[in-house]
Amino acid sequence: MLHGYAPSLLDGAWLTFQVAVLSLALALVLGLAGASAKLSKLRLLRAPAVLYTTIVRGIPDLVMMLLVFYGGQMLINLATDALEWDYIDVNPFVAGVATLGFIFGAYFTETFRGAFLAVPAGQLEAGAAYGMSRWQVFSRILFPQMLRHALPGLGNNWQVMQKSTALVSIIGLSDITWLADQAGRSTHQPFLFYAVVCAFYLAMTAVSGLVFGHLERRYSVGVRRAAA
Amino acid sequence: MIDWSVITGNLPQYADGLWLTLQLTVLSLLAGLVLAIPLAVLRTSSRRAVFGPVWAFTYFFRGTPMLIQLLLIYYGLGQFDWIQAQWQASNAFWLIFREPYGCALVTFTLNTCAYTTEILAGALRATPHGEIEAAQACGMSRVTMLRRILIPGALRRALPAYSNEAIFMLHGTAIASTVTLMDLTGAARNAYSQHFAPFEAFLFAGALYLTLTFSLVGLFRLAERRYLAHLQPRKAIKGPTA
Repeated sequence: MLHGYAPSLLDGAWLTFQVAVLSLALALVLGLAGASAKLSKLRLLRAPAVLYTTIVRGIPDLVMMLLVFYGGQMLINLATDALEWDYIDVNPFVAGVATLGFIFGAYFTETFRGAFLAVPAGQLEAGAAYGMSRWQVFSRILFPQMLRHALPGLGNNWQVMQKSTALVSIIGLSDITWLADQAGRSTHQPFLFYAVVCAFYLAMTAVSGLVFGHLERRYSVGVRRAAA
Repeated sequence: MIDWSVITGNLPQYADGLWLTLQLTVLSLLAGLVLAIPLAVLRTSSRRAVFGPVWAFTYFFRGTPMLIQLLLIYYGLGQFDWIQAQWQASNAFWLIFREPYGCALVTFTLNTCAYTTEILAGALRATPHGEIEAAQACGMSRVTMLRRILIPGALRRALPAYSNEAIFMLHGTAIASTVTLMDLTGAARNAYSQHFAPFEAFLFAGALYLTLTFSLVGLFRLAERRYLAHLQPRKAIKGPTA
């Protein structure tokens, strides 16, 4: 099948999936940290978070990725020279995941910030009035309700992010796009192989849409809607 | 620490790149918007035969990375003998797909058109029912109603979402550098490969993109002030009121 390139494309698909999921995890952590910093009373925390979201969301992801990949390698070289360590090669997998996580952390920051603000203050006051600790208010009241407001935005961010994983092929990671490119060149059938990549991304985004639809229903169980 | 010569020495390339990035962004956004208006009207149709093909078009272009779409068109089309024959025959239309510039413009236009169609379709569906009833009561035909009520209202309501799409498109054009085009990112990659100075090369391009982004945000804010004036928070009344 596919001139014998099917197993190799499958490996690439698995790699792309790993990149997507790992950078999602990193972006979620950075997003929660960024949102907490942006909502903090301390200016020392707010200012860097504002700088982070403004700059990252103002620059194309490809430029950011090239900067992190080539710039990161240079910084590591400088550091290893100074410390007289051996040469360390920047792994494109790590660079790809780190860059995608870093970029989308900025978008997740904005989503989480809006969602935290959407939880009515009276809910938190009620929790405090019941004698709950700050952690209990956070984990039982603020976080679950925040997630309900955040899910549609997170779903959108995640859809954009999956598609951005194709960019890691440019920094030399042998993901599905890169492998399809190679296969297309050697068989002179590039259209066929890029079409397979399209099908893979369509499948991934379609499944994600279903999962997020399920999660949104799950977290909105307590919401009453006006009948249409 | 900073080697300014990387930037100053490549300034003409950066300027050309900036111009190409602007061209690609503005042309594809304009063409995409013009195509998206009729498609959005078809998308909101209740007949499957009408909305189905539009749905399939937007589903494909929104569900796959723009990089793959560009590679599919630029490298992929040459696979077909029929297209090779058209190129041999110097068919003016199909020759567009032999040049990276034409391929990039077509890809970006179709991509932004798909997103804009969905944005506009959402805005069309959000038309207040009273406006439609009022138009019908005035005896407007379906076409007149579209032209005078539905489309102008939808374009206004779509403005905030469309500004995001425009910024995504500006950033999306960076992938033009993967098909040998010397846009702003291409100029930066070139400067990097000459001097091996990643920070100077990419941060300067990043600063230019940031400036473009802020300009775009500013333009859309002006447009919103003009076209969504009725939604602006009211200004405080000056002077004593009582």
